[in-house]
Amino acid sequence: MSTLPLAAEVRRQASRRRTQLALGFMVLLPLIVLVAFEFGGGDDDDNGGGAFSSLVDLATSGGLNFTLFTLLVSSNFLLIVVVALFFGDTVASEASWGSLRYLLAIPVPRARLLTVKLLVALGYSLTALLTLAGTALLAGTLRYGWHPLGSTVAASIPAGDGFLRLLGILAYLAVILLGVAGLAFLLSVATDAALGAVGGAVLLWILSSILDQIEALGVIRSFLPTHYSQAWLGLLSTPTQTDDMVKGALSAVCYAALFWGLAFYRFTRKDVTS
Amino acid sequence: MAGAAVLVLVAALVTWAALPSPTSWTAADERLTVLSGPSGTEPVTLDTRFYLPKDRDGKVPAVLLAHGFGGTKNSVADTAEKLADRGYAVLTWTARGFGASGGEIHLDSPDYEVKDAQRLLDWLAARPEVRTDAAGDPRVGVVGGSYGGGLALLLAGQDSRVDAIAPSITWNSLESSFFPQSAAGTGVPGVFKKTWAGLFFGSSSALSAAASPAPAATSSSPGPAAASGDPACGRFAADVCAAYLKMATTGAPDKASSDLLAKSSPAGVLDKIKAPTLLIQGAVDTLFPLSEADANARGIAATGTPVRVAWFTGGHDGGLGPQTDQDRTEALTVQWLDHYVKGSGAAPATSFTYSRVAGFSALDRGLVTNGYSDVAYPGLAGSGRTRISVSGSAQRVASPPNGNPGAISSLPGVGGQLSSLLGGVAGDLPGQHATFESVPVTEAIEVAGAPSVQVRVASASGSATVFVKLYDVGADGTATLSGGLVAPVRLTGLPATVEDAQPVTVTLPAIVRRIDKGHTVRVVVASSDQAFLTPADPAVYTVAVSPDVTLPTLVGTPIANPQVVWRWILLGVVVALIVAVVVAVLVARRRRAPARVSDLSDVPLVVRGLRKAYNDGFVAVEQVDFRVERGQVVGLLGPNGAGKTTTLRVLMGLTMPSGGDALVFGERLVPGAPVLRRVGALVEGPGFLPHLSGYENLLAYWRATGRPVEEARFDEALEIAGLGNSVHRRTKSYSHGMRQRLAIAQAMLGLPELLVLDEPTDGLDPPQIAEMRRVLRRYATDGRAVLVSSHLLAEVEQTCTHAVVVNKGRIVASGPVEDIVGESPSIQVGVSDVDAATAALAGLSLSVRPEGSSLIVDTNGTPREEVVASLVKAGVGVDRVVPRRRLEDAFLALVGDNSRGSGDR
Repeated sequence: MSTLPLAAEVRRQASRRRTQLALGFMVLLPLIVLVAFEFGGGDDDDNGGGAFSSLVDLATSGGLNFTLFTLLVSSNFLLIVVVALFFGDTVASEASWGSLRYLLAIPVPRARLLTVKLLVALGYSLTALLTLAGTALLAGTLRYGWHPLGSTVAASIPAGDGFLRLLGILAYLAVILLGVAGLAFLLSVATDAALGAVGGAVLLWILSSILDQIEALGVIRSFLPTHYSQAWLGLLSTPTQTDDMVKGALSAVCYAALFWGLAFYRFTRKDVTS
Repeated sequence: MAGAAVLVLVAALVTWAALPSPTSWTAADERLTVLSGPSGTEPVTLDTRFYLPKDRDGKVPAVLLAHGFGGTKNSVADTAEKLADRGYAVLTWTARGFGASGGEIHLDSPDYEVKDAQRLLDWLAARPEVRTDAAGDPRVGVVGGSYGGGLALLLAGQDSRVDAIAPSITWNSLESSFFPQSAAGTGVPGVFKKTWAGLFFGSSSALSAAASPAPAATSSSPGPAAASGDPACGRFAADVCAAYLKMATTGAPDKASSDLLAKSSPAGVLDKIKAPTLLIQGAVDTLFPLSEADANARGIAATGTPVRVAWFTGGHDGGLGPQTDQDRTEALTVQWLDHYVKGSGAAPATSFTYSRVAGFSALDRGLVTNGYSDVAYPGLAGSGRTRISVSGSAQRVASPPNGNPGAISSLPGVGGQLSSLLGGVAGDLPGQHATFESVPVTEAIEVAGAPSVQVRVASASGSATVFVKLYDVGADGTATLSGGLVAPVRLTGLPATVEDAQPVTVTLPAIVRRIDKGHTVRVVVASSDQAFLTPADPAVYTVAVSPDVTLPTLVGTPIANPQVVWRWILLGVVVALIVAVVVAVLVARRRRAPARVSDLSDVPLVVRGLRKAYNDGFVAVEQVDFRVERGQVVGLLGPNGAGKTTTLRVLMGLTMPSGGDALVFGERLVPGAPVLRRVGALVEGPGFLPHLSGYENLLAYWRATGRPVEEARFDEALEIAGLGNSVHRRTKSYSHGMRQRLAIAQAMLGLPELLVLDEPTDGLDPPQIAEMRRVLRRYATDGRAVLVSSHLLAEVEQTCTHAVVVNKGRIVASGPVEDIVGESPSIQVGVSDVDAATAALAGLSLSVRPEGSSLIVDTNGTPREEVVASLVKAGVGVDRVVPRRRLEDAFLALVGDNSRGSGDR
């Protein structure tokens, strides 16, 4: 019988208010957006530039498009914060409460503790992502109907195919978020302050996004963990553009492996002083 | 820490990118004065730059690299550097009439620009570094785009020393480019492409105005200072300027202008071009459309000269195109030069490559194209054809005076805009266009080439200028004009009614486009277009379109996407990571077998030579050895900072010892050692999840052990905690003492065989402390053991069976408490007269020691009342009798009364 069973850690995290709030917000956000669309009846001006801004105009054309819009607006920041929360808080909060040393004295081997925490954080992040998309799809379909996935970049995509693309987008988002997951987890292991780990990961992520805007950096930008974060938009064109997604996935997997590797290396060797 | 690491990484990357990389070539600027002009005696100074590869083996082949209209030698620096890097000597120069070069613009005239280039060939042939075919004949290829491409063709047609050329986005005939006529067999000059013409003329005039002050400083040079001062002409030669002014005014070329344009057009010299020719043309080019390259290709190939054609998604409107297209055309150029100039590499295939827009890159919002190839260049008629029908009755359209307002089809000069590809800018004005639309196509049509359609036009004035366009209309009504390309048609001798009009075949500009299933094809005939000069007088035309539209099709073989390699890399990385994780797990499993000392397997705790030094050099524990046997309650006693907590931390596997070890039931303690499950601990205060109740916390803790709930003995633990109903309140609302009791209860969950408690009475009130003593004493009875650390002497004395005194990281005493304290405790007696009292007690055979105004008396078994009675009897006043602890004596003697802890050492 191994210590710290997955179920125990799942319950441990489930009991936390931040978990409940984060998941609850994933349900709430699509509904808020939906209500906002109901209020904003008037046709306002084009918010300017880019073929993708029209995703906003298309958001009410069907459940799939509504889901797509919800993902678009939340992928830049909300999902980053939620993932950073699940990964950055998990070890650091135990350290700040002082319960980490009791877990280790149970004894939960350090590698096992990290593995379980990692898997559970992964599970909750994935749940959050799927909850967001699922709620949006359900609410959007109930309100706007089951229609082909509209896109100004290409011909509209039949609903069945569109659903598959949506799944592809979700999968890509999940992979891309591994980067921030890795960073937050490493910070979580390195510090006793949960806020520092979550905030630090989000800050570094924003820094990376800002650097990515500076074209003078040239080829360096390809190495930034956020560089390919929008590559999933390639799935909206016909045929799909997956080259950038492949590079983005590669980048995310490498960053996650690096950060998680460092986290394990450090945590299995350090003195737990909290 | 990790954040800092990331920052350092970013900084390193930035530095790496910012540092100049060493170049593989050298470049030298030189002003060359060459003799040119019709007579070959007119000197002109050309601003040149000569690139030489550093690492060259003998003589190297050369490339003459020409720039586009309005550019200078700097415009092609990137290409020049790449070619130099590949081992070519590259000569770039600013064409006459531009930049720092002298002379006037003659539009690639054979007598001027082309002759200049011939003199540069002479110069190359004289360079010792350049390989030659014969004396005065350098091994040279000519590369250039647009104006430079025209020069490459004209030079190859005029000078047989040229070994290969790679002209791109250039013209065949300037007249057909600037006066396009898409209707077949009319014999009428086309419609003046006024915007493009004006852009070129204007840009060069403005350029001269800006450039003129600088050259004026070097007034003695025969360079740009000699440029014409005519504000109407800028740096254009007088004849070119005059021709432009005339054409732009009348909208049609006269004989002299026609001759001038023809002289500057490769069309006339194609049969003389013997140099293998690579023609690269853009599909998004309203200036020099694909038909120009097609005419060049046919003309050159007719004499048996090798010709290869490639199209890309770009051009004068579309810019350089997507990266994949740039890579492809660059690779084609290099392959061409390598074989025909350098003489290395296999002969390039004559296959035709092209690309089609596949979507957008999500990252840079640029276009993504797919590359295709076909075995041979099919021309503009495609390898197949599809006919579709458009319907619509004859419609009347108004031609506005002076073409204003006019429809927009493209944005000349903006360059590289997505919009022209999306057709977003294309807009027809109401009343000025007739629409003919097909039914939705039943399957996708891969159009590549020039579609054609028959139109009938009637005009009361007998003549008409119309623009025929072909839109791809999506199911949602979005109409896209491929490349912004339109077919201008000027017709004369028209009847007044459309019934009498003869059908005229209009060949639309060649496009590459996939018309998806469900889309419709819309043919629009418009009367105005802002890019063209239309009649000044208003008119009304009636237009009809024959139902059949012919679409040339081409189904090419997709070119393998080089990006595919990333998929394999991704797959490889993922597999490698999985393997690494599996290996790491296996290695960790193997290593986990803990060291055992079997003869100690029944001893709860043995600490041997424990030492802990921190990285900063501070030694918290120097050397600590002790044992805890079954049934013992051992007190670990010492002042603050003596190393007690550090020792306990090592026992919990939280801190790695620097030396020595601790054995629990014979098993060596390492972080996570399984034997720790036989140990319950309270170290450095409680640690609870604040949002859970005390009970839930214990439950959560026990769940984490993975052991069955029955083993936990919750009831006993809760009884020890003694929290009553508060056990169901959240721990964040607990007092210090409640938390402490809950923590002790948690440590006792499952009744571990060794209980380790760090300052257990911290925060407890006296009754609770008394209760705790009883609990601990009782706990150790069933063969279990307790290790208690404390800095309170009384506590250890009253609770423990054994004590270990630590100071400054070392053990100063250890053993049973009685041994340390002594069997009979001494008492301190406050007396009125010390000397009298000493005398009075002398008879009782006691050890008596005066201390201030009191006596320290070792009662040695004598009852205290007897001692007091003796004193009173002797008339000595006794004001108090207090027990005097030996442990405290021992402790102070051992530790010294220095109040500073070892942490202050």
